[in-house]
Amino acid sequence: MACDPVGIEVLDPGLLALVEDLGRPGLAELGVGTSGAADTASHRLANRLVRNPESAAGIELVLGRAAFRLARGGIVAVCGAPAPVTAGGRPRPLYTPFLLRPGEVVRIGRPVLGLRTYLAVRGGIAVPPVLGSRSRDTLSGIGPEPLRRGDVLPVGDLPGEALAPGDPLGVGLPGRLILRVHPGPRRDWFVPGALAELFRHPYRMTPQSDRIGIRLSGPALRRRRSAELPPEGMVVGGIEVPVDGQPVVLLADHPVTGGYPVIGVVDGRDIPLAAQCLPGQEVRFIPAG
Amino acid sequence: MRFLPCGDQALLVELEDTAAVVALHRRVRAAPPAGLIESVPAARTVLLTFDRRVTTADRLAGDVTGLPAAAAGGDEEVRNIEIPVTYEGPDIAEVAACTGLRADDVVARHCAPTYSVAFCGYAPGFAYLTGLDPSLRVPRRSSPRTRVPAGSVAIADGYTGVYPRSSPGGWRLIGHTDAPLWASDRDPPALLCPGDRVRFVPR
Repeated sequence: MACDPVGIEVLDPGLLALVEDLGRPGLAELGVGTSGAADTASHRLANRLVRNPESAAGIELVLGRAAFRLARGGIVAVCGAPAPVTAGGRPRPLYTPFLLRPGEVVRIGRPVLGLRTYLAVRGGIAVPPVLGSRSRDTLSGIGPEPLRRGDVLPVGDLPGEALAPGDPLGVGLPGRLILRVHPGPRRDWFVPGALAELFRHPYRMTPQSDRIGIRLSGPALRRRRSAELPPEGMVVGGIEVPVDGQPVVLLADHPVTGGYPVIGVVDGRDIPLAAQCLPGQEVRFIPAG
Repeated sequence: MRFLPCGDQALLVELEDTAAVVALHRRVRAAPPAGLIESVPAARTVLLTFDRRVTTADRLAGDVTGLPAAAAGGDEEVRNIEIPVTYEGPDIAEVAACTGLRADDVVARHCAPTYSVAFCGYAPGFAYLTGLDPSLRVPRRSSPRTRVPAGSVAIADGYTGVYPRSSPGGWRLIGHTDAPLWASDRDPPALLCPGDRVRFVPR
């Protein structure tokens, strides 16, 4: 793929800036997870807005405060956790493609809501793929290194696709995080009523959370069986419960296999919401219809 | 074969043993049902992830039940891998005590068999090998090490394996190898892939 080698310069990565696309499915039998954007809905929308394929690579920011410059300019869009955006010093709207002139700086401030903001550039971030994807897997270390000040990333020369209708996506983030949950495969490893307990009480996201999973604190979910579970495949959205009874909602960089019983699985439609949860935020689980 | 619910994008198939897991994984890969994204083999299960716009857990379960039996394994090229090992791991004495064997016997029994790679998990390139001598069956450590050196040869729960990178780990360390278990730019990137046959060769 032709690309512009001096496409996008990182002036400030903020707290954490990662290159992400839709990940590398199909390698689980080698112990390699899919990874990819934690909030796939926002990643896809940003790409569609700049007429990239949804699978193009973009930049995933945690808590914003980042700045970039495109030497030759380009079309960009910002989605996900809403943050103030300026280009050339002038405010720009979210969820809308806009033009960056050559050398203009785009700044994304701190989000007022949510955790992860997505920047898409027409043409996509064109760093070399690793095992078929440009995603950074923070658990295994596969993929491009986290971005640092001074990094210059190539931008691709993709032809703009016709803007195709996509799945309806919520562009706003709700203030309260409510996640729909299906019963999990190991519900019977827990005392009767444990799943009801999960639905009855709110949990809080702890700071010990990351792209691997959201660690929650709240009423302990008690196990009925003390034996070890032989490792088995894990899923994004799986709610695994370690020995301390504090649930963990698995996200994009979860281990391929794990030995903690999964009591429930967050509905696929709510995983992008889960990926926007902030430390200290309250989470409520409800049964999926 | 039991089908366990796993949300709206996955199905967990539970089987009687690792051999059944390997067989199902092969059949699924040979004839992937509509909407299948990934098949993840593990100790007693195969996790199937699917595109919920194309299929459902119920429909996938039906498709899996109706999969054609695998062709008798002639078509697949079996790779034979030799792993040179220095048997000086920190847990040999513990394993000896646990099993009632002498330390040199532990080593002899570990490098005698030809193993099979059943599945990978835990980390890229971490292969679970079957074929371990039953007398070497030991549990994991009650508290895992925070750091196991890359190349550590280990045993636990009836499996043996090699840690491809430095990582936390709870298995019993009996040796070390310099063989590169993982290289992202190699094809395949994992040295040990499901179906491979493996021998450990003492240095």
